[in-house]
Amino acid sequence: MLYREAGQFKTAYATDQQIFPIRQDRVAVIAVVAFAFLVVPVIGNQYWLSAILIPFLIFSLAALGLNILTGYAGQLSLGTAAFMAVGAFAAYNFVLRVPGIPLLVAFALAGGCAALVGIVFGLPSLRIKGFYLAVATLAAQFFIVWALVRFPWFSNYSSSGVITAQQMKIFGVAFDTPLEKYLLVLSIVSLMALAAKNMVRSEVGRAWMAVRDMDVAAEVIGIRIMYTKLTAFAVSSFYCGVAGALFAYAYLGTVEPEAFTLDLSFRILFMVIIGGMGSVLGSFLGAGFIVMLPIVLNISIPALNRLLYALVQWSLPASITSNLELMVFGGLIIFFLIVEPHGLARLWQIGKEKLRLWPFPH
Amino acid sequence: MATSRRTIGDVILTLERISLGFGGVKALSEVSFDVREHEIRAIIGPNGAGKSSMLNVINGVYHPQQGTITFRGEIRREMVPHQAAAQGIARTFQNIALFKGMSVLDNIMTGRNLKMRASILEQAIHFGRARREELDNRRKVEEVIDFLEIQHIRKTPVGRLPYGLQKRVELARALAAEPSMLLLDEPMAGMNVEEKQDMCRFVLDVNEQYGTTIVLIEHDMGVVMDISDRVVVLDYGRKIGDGTPDEVRASQAVIDAYLGVAH
Amino acid sequence: MSFFFEVLIGGLLSGVMYSLVALGFVLIYKASGVFNFAQGAMVFFAAMTFVGLNEAGLGFWLAFVVTTGVMVVGALLTERIVLRPLVNQPQITLFMATIGLTFFLEGLTQMIWGSTPLGLELGIQDQPLDWLMDKTGINVSQFDLFAAAVAGILVAVLAVFFQKTRIGRALRAVADDHQAALSIGIPLQQIWGIVWATAGFVALVSGLMWGARNGVQFALTFTALKALPVLILGGFESVPGAIVGGLIVGASEKLAEVYVGPMVGGGIESWVAYVIALLFLLVRPEGLFGEKHIDRV
Repeated sequence: MLYREAGQFKTAYATDQQIFPIRQDRVAVIAVVAFAFLVVPVIGNQYWLSAILIPFLIFSLAALGLNILTGYAGQLSLGTAAFMAVGAFAAYNFVLRVPGIPLLVAFALAGGCAALVGIVFGLPSLRIKGFYLAVATLAAQFFIVWALVRFPWFSNYSSSGVITAQQMKIFGVAFDTPLEKYLLVLSIVSLMALAAKNMVRSEVGRAWMAVRDMDVAAEVIGIRIMYTKLTAFAVSSFYCGVAGALFAYAYLGTVEPEAFTLDLSFRILFMVIIGGMGSVLGSFLGAGFIVMLPIVLNISIPALNRLLYALVQWSLPASITSNLELMVFGGLIIFFLIVEPHGLARLWQIGKEKLRLWPFPH
Repeated sequence: MATSRRTIGDVILTLERISLGFGGVKALSEVSFDVREHEIRAIIGPNGAGKSSMLNVINGVYHPQQGTITFRGEIRREMVPHQAAAQGIARTFQNIALFKGMSVLDNIMTGRNLKMRASILEQAIHFGRARREELDNRRKVEEVIDFLEIQHIRKTPVGRLPYGLQKRVELARALAAEPSMLLLDEPMAGMNVEEKQDMCRFVLDVNEQYGTTIVLIEHDMGVVMDISDRVVVLDYGRKIGDGTPDEVRASQAVIDAYLGVAH
Repeated sequence: MSFFFEVLIGGLLSGVMYSLVALGFVLIYKASGVFNFAQGAMVFFAAMTFVGLNEAGLGFWLAFVVTTGVMVVGALLTERIVLRPLVNQPQITLFMATIGLTFFLEGLTQMIWGSTPLGLELGIQDQPLDWLMDKTGINVSQFDLFAAAVAGILVAVLAVFFQKTRIGRALRAVADDHQAALSIGIPLQQIWGIVWATAGFVALVSGLMWGARNGVQFALTFTALKALPVLILGGFESVPGAIVGGLIVGASEKLAEVYVGPMVGGGIESWVAYVIALLFLLVRPEGLFGEKHIDRV
């Protein structure tokens, strides 16, 4: 009853096309954003901010990038972590070598570098599709990490390629504490998410989806396949690059090329699958899920152990946690693919549909 | 009987000695015919005659090994799909080629992609030119939606629609591009009598109201004879008839082909 | 010059090892159209199970048989739980399900058998053949030749199986179109069960070979990734292609590392196979032995 659209008529195309046409949605989103910006800084503690919320936001951004490429444009990519690496190292080098460069400009340029690299490794997509393309992105994954280690210039000749992110300063204001970092990351991610939402509901988003669904038909109606695919790679890599820069500057502090492993690429792919392919909201939901999962397991397994011990005098061995995490991951992927291939975002939509009827059964 | 609703203009498309083969299979052999502006030209023939291949050649999905295509005075060996679209050729497909992951409205909006000029950055900010274009194109698309009477399904994902409505949406997408020439591949296949009548009406309206040249493949002889100005008959990749519906109906070669008489 | 041959032959033989893993992929892809990313994890699981059973006291052949049984059971379970619900989903969905399966298997393997690397003895020494060494000065390991022989036999058996038997034909029909195969009465579930069990067996053999060479450890799962360039070169659906592709990848990798590596600082083995595959894809997307797909509009 609360969620009815009754009485909300649209009299202009502009209002029909807005991001949240239903008033209740608008209210909810404003509430969430207000909560994130105003309430969390007050109630959030150090741990939550730096170990949960900041990585959640950063991974959401990377997942958003991958979602644009794989979910909207239909180009499977297993090299997400490599593009993040490009962003991280590019940002480091810009700040290092261009004295006085504004931090946000450095981040944007880092994203730009990642976009260029993305275009280069996206070129094969013009000839090859599906898993074959996944292999090309694997080449990117391995090659880029190798190159960052091999050419010490990237890490300013430090041993083993480790870079230490410089202090973040915007207009002389330093961003040191977890709270400050959180607000910075939140702002950047919010703006980029808005931009992504705008893009996917505009012509470029439709072109991406057309190429994903049936590229021959897309070509026939005038969409340029090459341009569309390469822009998907470019925009996606830009997002991943910025995410990588934030990863280094606002989360880890020090990072080396080997931190951007194939495992990380898979993790982000899982965020997209579980969250929902082709959905901006899904990227956030998926990232949240995968960030929270190890934490939930870390809490629940000892609790489970205590219960088991109390019941049958036996508890699971200590080594089990990380392996169980892998098994749960794998199992969940399969579960989601069977039950709801469109992920949490679709479940969310179905939930909203049900909410429209609530409390009536039909 | 086809009445002359519009003044039929000069020849805008000429196909000369088009030959097309795949491996050992010859789809088209030395087919030549022309299409005049504002007319409705039907391509008919038994199954496997090469009709769809002919349409695919016209808008560049297939490239013929021999022959030339002259469109609006430009002679070329082959068309490129993107170019064809830019020059005002739109088409529908035999097996519906809609984008199953998008809604009806979005599908039709993709038809207007060539009219949208805003860059990606502008679209990301959704301000100024990008916003205006989006609204302008939405307005145009709504006109097409009104024309084809599909208002009630505009937000429905295309994959959920029944076959007949999907065909209509595909036609809408083609019309949204404001084409000067429309290629229709069996637009009435699989429809019942009422749906066929509706589709016929739409095709005629498009030709009358917008002056669009129409090249259509159709199996229903009643429809073909009723609405076309001229007809081309193909059999086994060769042209065996070309003229007005009456002429073609009377041609012995055509009758033989349809009756299966060896020739 | 003999150094060149040594590197070449070494590369060819290590390529055979890749081929063994690639064979498992080809089997499943050929029969169910699924790209089984979990093949590497299956190799790991099979090898670990074998060694675990061996160390628990079962003799070589008993452990082999039991492990094969385990792989068969695993295959049937996989078919039941993962594949059956996903019949007729697009390829990409099935591929991602196998990625999930990979993670699951990796966790399971380590949970049961622990995560320390284990050694594996097959009785064949990794020593150079003396007579060849004396005659031509080329260093070729006995073990590598044994691996090549094993691969050859496996390939021959599988090729016959696919081409000549009724089940083989049914497998090819299923790979082409699940629904069509179902509609003419091919027992899809049985077929898939058989195929995955066979792939499991191939995984076991590969696991034994790789394990004897490099020790049984977690890194075995990454052999799956190396098989990808092999498949690209050879075509995803071709058994001989897996062999040829493996040979080419193995040889090129070693040659590149030895001759090109020093110019760019070494360590290029990690990506050179992918780049070669990539370049190959641009020229011939369906691989040397693969089939061209024509999309009908």
